[in-house]
Amino acid sequence: MQIQPILAALRKHKIPAFLIVLEIALACAVLCNAVFMIGQRIGEMRVPNAIDEAGIGYISVRGTDPNLANADIPRDLDALRQIPGVTASAAFNMIPLGGSGWNTDVGTSPENLLSKDSPNVAQYMFTQQGPEALNLRLLQGRSFSGEEYAASTLGDDFMPTAHVVLVTRSLAERLWPGESALGKRIWIGKQTNYTVVGVVADVLRPNQNGLGAAGFHWSLFLPVSPNKGMGAYLVRSAPQDRERVLRAAVQKIESLSPAAVVKGRLFSDIRDKFFANTRSMVWMLVLVCVVMLAVTAFGIVGLTSFWVGQRRRQIGIRRAVGATRGHILQYFQTENFLLSSAGVAIGMILAFGINLYLMQHYQMTRMPWVYLPASAIALWLLGQLAVLAPALRAANVPPVVATRSV
Amino acid sequence: MFTYYCDLALRSLKRNRVLTALMVLAIAVGIGASMTTLTVMHLLSGDPLPGRSAHIFYPQVDPSPASFAKHPLDMMDYRSALDLWSAHRADRQALIADSPVKLRAPEANVPPLMRTMLATTSDFFAMFDVPFAYGNAWTAQDDADRARVAVISSELNNRLFGGKDSIGKILRIRDSDVRIVGVLAPWRPSPQFYTVVAGNYANGQTADFYAKTEDVFAPFSSALEINDGNFQQFTCWGMPARAGHLTDSPCVWVSLWVQLDGAAKVAEYRGFLAHYAQQQKTLGRFAKDDTRMLDLMGWLDYNHVVPSDVKLQMWLAFAFLAICLCNTVGLLLAKFLRRSGEIGVRRAMGASRRAIFGQCLIEAGMIGFLGGVGGWLLTLFGLWLIRNQPVAYADLAHLDAGMFALTFAVSVAVSLLAGVVPAARASRIAPGLQLKTL
Repeated sequence: MQIQPILAALRKHKIPAFLIVLEIALACAVLCNAVFMIGQRIGEMRVPNAIDEAGIGYISVRGTDPNLANADIPRDLDALRQIPGVTASAAFNMIPLGGSGWNTDVGTSPENLLSKDSPNVAQYMFTQQGPEALNLRLLQGRSFSGEEYAASTLGDDFMPTAHVVLVTRSLAERLWPGESALGKRIWIGKQTNYTVVGVVADVLRPNQNGLGAAGFHWSLFLPVSPNKGMGAYLVRSAPQDRERVLRAAVQKIESLSPAAVVKGRLFSDIRDKFFANTRSMVWMLVLVCVVMLAVTAFGIVGLTSFWVGQRRRQIGIRRAVGATRGHILQYFQTENFLLSSAGVAIGMILAFGINLYLMQHYQMTRMPWVYLPASAIALWLLGQLAVLAPALRAANVPPVVATRSV
Repeated sequence: MFTYYCDLALRSLKRNRVLTALMVLAIAVGIGASMTTLTVMHLLSGDPLPGRSAHIFYPQVDPSPASFAKHPLDMMDYRSALDLWSAHRADRQALIADSPVKLRAPEANVPPLMRTMLATTSDFFAMFDVPFAYGNAWTAQDDADRARVAVISSELNNRLFGGKDSIGKILRIRDSDVRIVGVLAPWRPSPQFYTVVAGNYANGQTADFYAKTEDVFAPFSSALEINDGNFQQFTCWGMPARAGHLTDSPCVWVSLWVQLDGAAKVAEYRGFLAHYAQQQKTLGRFAKDDTRMLDLMGWLDYNHVVPSDVKLQMWLAFAFLAICLCNTVGLLLAKFLRRSGEIGVRRAMGASRRAIFGQCLIEAGMIGFLGGVGGWLLTLFGLWLIRNQPVAYADLAHLDAGMFALTFAVSVAVSLLAGVVPAARASRIAPGLQLKTL
């Protein structure tokens, strides 16, 4: 296929050619960035969370008398554990992805608190059976003993009097990179420290707390005896029982504490709510991409049809002097390929520029380069697909057209 | 001539329905997407107190240790806030702190509710133009007396008292009985500007700044007593001795808003604030004498209140509109040039280039108007989609008259813009050449 005549013909149609190039360039730039954003958001929603998400129900109890908590909580837990199907239940101060939570700065020594070396972490606290209720996966060391729960109470400052702590793997690596965390001390405040007895697989925090993805797994777990401040219960059951168990649990707590405001939620609903914004953004981006590609394709169809109509006579002449249908078809396909190539070339530069801008202003990360050729190929295919119908129509122009009204 | 061209345009549009539909649809989709996002942007970036926001200021001091923060913290500690407030150096001033409370109404047969209570001072309502349905704000005397009074939102009044005048009724906040002295008319500031803090740490996820207002408003001093132990700190540089009880803690958790009418007063207050910080530094209570005082809109900008997703969506929609525009230009070009013969005849019979140009533009404008109708419907659909999203600002997403008019204006403007190049091209058609081929 010779390119020379195609270029010569395009030179006669500068404006439509330029329009197609521009449209493809814009589509390519937007597509790259939109697909990248979609990928990022989906990645965000899929961050690992090593708890039994399918089997957990969460019951928040608010508005009770905090001074009665050490009597109320054991009574409630007893009742919850009697519900058929409950495999574990404990009182908690908060839940992963719950939205609001308890965050604190920790250090590896009292001196480096409040410095750059003191990351902000989520401070989970739970009563006995807490690790079982979440299904924490122990990687190193041990879990808490019964005595450690019993000996730990909350002071007025809401810090447990325990001396032991579990940390997530990410937090252990953040605090002691390359070392074993077991036996090390974590300081919360200048006076309080806890010894790491175990490392568990990564559990998400209630919220990102402005730390982005990096700090999303920085959590620690402290044991406490039933105490004020433990405003929620977790019940764990087999996934198929969870709805029934949660309903029963809410009813039990409501009947035990009539003055309280009780609210039960499945963990899967908590997760859905946490990522609701992200999910709707993903759908919106997908919608924009699809409609945008459709509009681009229709634009190509429209302009190429116009061209075909305009060149009927020339096509007829070519056919009359010996060009086959295949030649005509190829002509339009090559033409479209050239225009698309120019479009994606500009589009890739534009996409890169947009990505740089987004990195500066919207906490976006650098787009991996594979997105550029991938969306280029997508637009090439789209162009070829769009041009097919008009090109076939062109190929069907009979040679006899050439002999009419020249 | 105009009506004649309109008639011609209509005929021309009818001649090739598929092409017309494609163009109208492209414009409608582009306009629908852009106007939906623009409407949301307009709603979220607007001035919550039009006409007054320039007089409302947010003073900040820095009570934290030297190494703790580079800028004054987003909120104040109790002592600084109370010192500044009780100096009464501004025209109006209000302290602010949020906390969750359990609510019951002994007279209403409604199960206990968990809601948010705003602890504030009497000027709050006048300063922020808060509308009342029944009753009034409490008085400065009530603030001083720690009076057990409260103002409730219209939504809470509907829930507890069926929307009737509930002045004088008793509301049980946690374990204390307070008397309702005021019921607000529906009030939906966008954003909930007076509690906006920490936008710089939100990574652009600021949709919750647009949440509904609190349901209970109580005098600051009374609320501190009623809900002691349930207040939440913004940040601390040491452990509070008693969690939730923050008046003597090394924490920031209170905001102060002031109203200053006139530049002289603003300058004077800045001086007062700087003087206070210096004085506290001399006393050894502050390590730094940094202060800052932004006006309301400045404070909202500083906190990047508009969620970055909303901004991204808007840019995306405009890029999309640009693509639709390219598309329309191409299709219009095709349409006009296909009529070269007809245009050639008109030119040969004496029509000027300008007349041809005008005729083509009218046709483009008509497509724009039709696209505007489609775009308006799609905008309504888009806003309906947003209203069904689980975001805090969902209930705000409605098309107001201004944006409705803008939809058509933008649509026609866009299509005229798209029509310029094709119309210019069409008006340059040489009559002779076309007549020869007829």
